[in-house]
Amino acid sequence: MNGFAENIFGQLDTRHGPILYLEDVSVSFDGFKALNDLSLYIDAGELRCLIGPNGAGKTTLMDVITGKTRPDKGSVFFGQTIDLLKMDEPEIAQAGICRKFQKPSVFDALTVFENLELALKADKRTWSSLFHRLSATQYDRINHVIETIGLTSCNHYRAGILSHGQKQWLEIGMLLMQEPKVMLVDEPIAGMTHQEVERTAELLVSLKGQHSIVVVEHDMEFVRSIANKVTVLHEGSVLTEGTMDEVQNDPRVIQVYLGG
Amino acid sequence: MKLITLGADKIATSVLLALGVVSFVIPFCNLVLPADSALHFSAYTVSLIGKYLTFALLGLSLDLVWGYCGILALGQGAFFALGGYAMGMYLMRQIGTRGVYGDPLLPDFMVFLNWKELPWYWLGFDQFWFALLMVVLVPGVLAFVFGWLAFRSRVTGVYLSIITQALTYALLLAFFRNEMGFGGNNGLTDFKELLGFNIQSEDLRAVLLGVTGITLMATFIVSRWVVNTKLGRVVTAIRDQESRVRFLGYRVEMYKLWIFVFAAMIAGVAGALYVPQVGIINPSEFSPLNSLEIVIWVAMGGRGTLYGAIIGAVLVNFSKTILTGLLPEIWLFSLGAIFVFVTVFLPDGIVGLMRRKLQERAA
Repeated sequence: MNGFAENIFGQLDTRHGPILYLEDVSVSFDGFKALNDLSLYIDAGELRCLIGPNGAGKTTLMDVITGKTRPDKGSVFFGQTIDLLKMDEPEIAQAGICRKFQKPSVFDALTVFENLELALKADKRTWSSLFHRLSATQYDRINHVIETIGLTSCNHYRAGILSHGQKQWLEIGMLLMQEPKVMLVDEPIAGMTHQEVERTAELLVSLKGQHSIVVVEHDMEFVRSIANKVTVLHEGSVLTEGTMDEVQNDPRVIQVYLGG
Repeated sequence: MKLITLGADKIATSVLLALGVVSFVIPFCNLVLPADSALHFSAYTVSLIGKYLTFALLGLSLDLVWGYCGILALGQGAFFALGGYAMGMYLMRQIGTRGVYGDPLLPDFMVFLNWKELPWYWLGFDQFWFALLMVVLVPGVLAFVFGWLAFRSRVTGVYLSIITQALTYALLLAFFRNEMGFGGNNGLTDFKELLGFNIQSEDLRAVLLGVTGITLMATFIVSRWVVNTKLGRVVTAIRDQESRVRFLGYRVEMYKLWIFVFAAMIAGVAGALYVPQVGIINPSEFSPLNSLEIVIWVAMGGRGTLYGAIIGAVLVNFSKTILTGLLPEIWLFSLGAIFVFVTVFLPDGIVGLMRRKLQERAA
């Protein structure tokens, strides 16, 4: 099914560098401006970290990119040509923008293997699913991802009985199965042990280059260990961008975080 | 995980075996053995079991949408009744000149209403194949249109349940009207023959029971296959985390629609098998209460298992027969009591209890 999404949505054009363009995006809920004229560009293959205090608009931003929330104004483009505001959630997912949720949302009633099988990049229409058979390559691919996320021994467990950290890993695995061009990762390390955090950092860094990755995380130490570029959000707009050191020494950032 | 499948497979096999025995042994005894043999079942018993099995088929259809996809459809009875009416229309046209008014073309109620011509939507129903087609097509098309509108607008939860109740209630009112041309209040009855066989004959009753049992077994096997395909797993995933499934690139509304239409067609078949065995179809089959009762069968048996719906439908209706015979005034109270008891003490229904026992024994 390679090229399936491209045929529907047009060619992804990243010749100018960025893979995601958000320009002057505003979203308000009952008068509260969750996003306020926000502009953000994510380059192809980069690993970007988004930080900001609670209510800065990080999750709303991901909702806008994935089609869950429609902005009141602004434009959101995937590459040069694909207008994400004209697409709904499944179309955006099939075009190659995938998301890991803040709260691990795996399918409890299904096994680890089945969770990954559902995420597998494939024709996702009803009749194709009814007669779907895993090819040897796809089978190997699932097992490979299970190995990557360290759940080989839990292969046939129902996802519902996994620990919080394991569910986080499973959801990261589901992201990998979709072979996305852009991965939006919301708080990946919540509930993980120290070793698990290190492995997550290694994994995300190793994926950089093949995928563009946007990570939302509160843990500054973790952000420092993976990011080259950090974007700070505050009250729905970009406060500043730069390396972790630049950002941490920015007086405006210090003021926002310490409430000075 | 292993233990669960072990228990589940055991119960599924037992249910299939029991259905096999009922659908082959009873018709065999009644068709082959002499009428005074001890193994000859009375016409009453045969029709009663046949009726239970059509209800089991109906329960199974609801389990597909509710147990697997999480759509609490409170209008499943409407599809059952539509299938029943399609079969009833065929049976009406088989009466021919044997009706009270002896009109070769028009059913009695139309003559009574002074109608001169057969309405266009009654054409074709003299053909058995056409009636069979309509038995699945009419419920299927209605479910498709209804589901398309509801699922695309992302109507879920209690709102969806309420509009499914409204759907069946609207049909109830419509079918009550004489001008609709479906016999109004009295519905369709006084059937004479099915495919040339006397509909009252014990032999035909036995055959109908066999056909119902075999249809139920086949539907059970096909449905079990469906829920074990990738489509079935997507449907289960929708039940547990609908929005997550969308973000994986699946068109949730199309999956809901698929399973909803599939289940409506099964309900239609159940209705078509029901009508010749009870000899009547009238608008009360559209009653919202009927659809609620189906939910109780499935909840009692244990949802999300398919065989749970079969067990629940048969047991509840069996107790209904016993209790309405003994103490007709307390039946509804008992039904309520059973329902409360099951929700509080057996959240996984009767089969949940059976599975636990099987696992304890295996462990």
